[in-house]
Amino acid sequence: MSSENGSKKDVLLEVKGLKMYFPITKGIIIQRKIADIKAVDGVSFSIKHGETLGLVGESGCGKSTTGRAILQLYRPTAGSVLFEGVELTEMKGETLRRQRREMQMIFQDPYASLNPRLTVGNIVGEPLEVHNLAKGKERQERVQELLKLVGLNPYFVNRYPHEFSGGQRQRIGIARSLAVNPKFIVADEPISALDVSIQAQIVNLLEDLQSSLGLTYLFIAHDLSMVRHISDRIAVMYLGKLVELTDHIALYEEPLHPYTQALLSAVPIPDPYIEEKRQRIVLEGDVPSPTNPPSGCNFRTRCPRAMDICAEKDPEWKNMGTPENEHWVACHLY
Amino acid sequence: MTRYIIRRLLVSIPVVFAIVLFTFAVVHALPGGPFSNVGEKAMPEQMRVIMERRFGLDQPLYIQFWNYLKMLAHGDLGPMMRMRSQTVNDIVSQTWPVSIQLGSLAVFLAFVIGVPAGIFAALRRNSWVDYTATFVAVLGVSINNIVLGPLLILIFGVWLKILPIAFWGAEPPWILGFLPKPTWQFWTHAVLPVFTLGTAMSASIARLTRASLLEVLMSDYIRTARAKGLKERTVIIRHALKNSLIPVATILGPLLAGVLTGTFVVEQIFALNGMGRQFLMSIEQREYFLLSSLTLIFSVMLVLGNLFVDIIYAWLDPRIRYD
Repeated sequence: MSSENGSKKDVLLEVKGLKMYFPITKGIIIQRKIADIKAVDGVSFSIKHGETLGLVGESGCGKSTTGRAILQLYRPTAGSVLFEGVELTEMKGETLRRQRREMQMIFQDPYASLNPRLTVGNIVGEPLEVHNLAKGKERQERVQELLKLVGLNPYFVNRYPHEFSGGQRQRIGIARSLAVNPKFIVADEPISALDVSIQAQIVNLLEDLQSSLGLTYLFIAHDLSMVRHISDRIAVMYLGKLVELTDHIALYEEPLHPYTQALLSAVPIPDPYIEEKRQRIVLEGDVPSPTNPPSGCNFRTRCPRAMDICAEKDPEWKNMGTPENEHWVACHLY
Repeated sequence: MTRYIIRRLLVSIPVVFAIVLFTFAVVHALPGGPFSNVGEKAMPEQMRVIMERRFGLDQPLYIQFWNYLKMLAHGDLGPMMRMRSQTVNDIVSQTWPVSIQLGSLAVFLAFVIGVPAGIFAALRRNSWVDYTATFVAVLGVSINNIVLGPLLILIFGVWLKILPIAFWGAEPPWILGFLPKPTWQFWTHAVLPVFTLGTAMSASIARLTRASLLEVLMSDYIRTARAKGLKERTVIIRHALKNSLIPVATILGPLLAGVLTGTFVVEQIFALNGMGRQFLMSIEQREYFLLSSLTLIFSVMLVLGNLFVDIIYAWLDPRIRYD
């Protein structure tokens, strides 16, 4: 993995063989497991301190599930998640609860993810209290500071979420996740519910916060241009597996995996002359069911360059770049 | 909020007026009257005319209604036409407290059992706790008071002989006009009727609590709360519970109005001198004033019950503002 070459100290988070299966059960009184939804099926990557790793893929490919499984909001079926060398998957109860100070999540839907009954002050301030960081007046001051930090008026503390617009709500969500001074933030499509003018504001805010607070992000998204803008490295996911992982320039300039190529070819180019010549690779068919994924390579049923071997063997995850500039890909073409 | 309450009360005056007018008209439209018979026999024609004139029943209906309204304005709910030793005010002040005591204890019991049962069922979803609670709840909703009351009397009163089987354990004069003296006798007599009346209510409250808590527990902000690193207890109590109680509060209004103004079946089974029995009696005997007044009380209670629910809403959900 990428951690093997870079000095181990740099690595904040290391995910190895992460699997998250959701059982499908049948039966009324005695529940039998009849199948699994393989939402995440053996994902490995690492994130360095201060880095932003973008995670892209189409809807339902397991991006959000990966993020939640890393933070132990779902308990992974298999695999390991090392956070500063500490295994998260074995953590439980009180220890896990305390660990949440270090790692937070920004949720996708700013409308549903804030409790409508709590004031902004309580939403943002609650983590301070449960982690014994600030109380009373100190808490109040810290909350106002956080609101200022994310560009909200500090006088908003006594208002309720429904009094805010989508972009403002997402800022509240960001302030909330920053309250405990975490090192690592999973941003689960933080901009997809917002309109375009607000998207840029939020992304810029996230970038500013990263440089001033030294945050590390796992940035989950399906908007490729936005991911390119914010990420240092990008991982592409398809049907529960990673297909390609490299730095943001290499991925856009020479994508290796046919799926990545297809994804990138779908991005419109804001130059009419180039746009006219853009060759779109249109994928045939639908994403197969994660309950019963195809044999061998997951992507072979829709791959324009599929070969016989693709149905037989799962492609290896190999580095096609140099040890300095890694370019990981899972495809039999290479 | 105060302005809202005042406005709501003013708006409900025409509603209550319409209900009373309608009842008054329908009751008088019923064939027969309070003086059409004495016991088994028909009342002599001349006597009937005299009696009717005495209570103003010979006048046109709109004049009768106007006179009734004038009485109400003076706080007089009207005379009793057959049991002339008492007035409607006497009947109400004697029987309503019994119904209020029975009803409020039953509602209290229903919440004390129903809400925790619903919460446990939701938190242990699809476990034996859930299945047992759901089974008991369905049973509780399905078994009618008419069945449950006599069954409880048979078990606890006749076989085990540990609880009294009939009558209310307190009598007028009431403390503050509606409260009983909390004697041992009162509590033992209350057990069976309160339980009979409360069971079905607690069952529906439990089912409602379970369903709505399950829905809330699925919501995104509960995941947010967990991601904050809150204790599971805090997540449930602070974030989930209040949000899930809104549907439960909704049924509280009609429930309170219905139960506090008397329940005929339970009062009949346990021979309680409550207001529910007066309702039926007043229809049978064509006690026009009693029936109109009871309907008036019921509709006022319904208005108040729903207003109470709206106030609870505002407390449960900050998005609801009434000004």
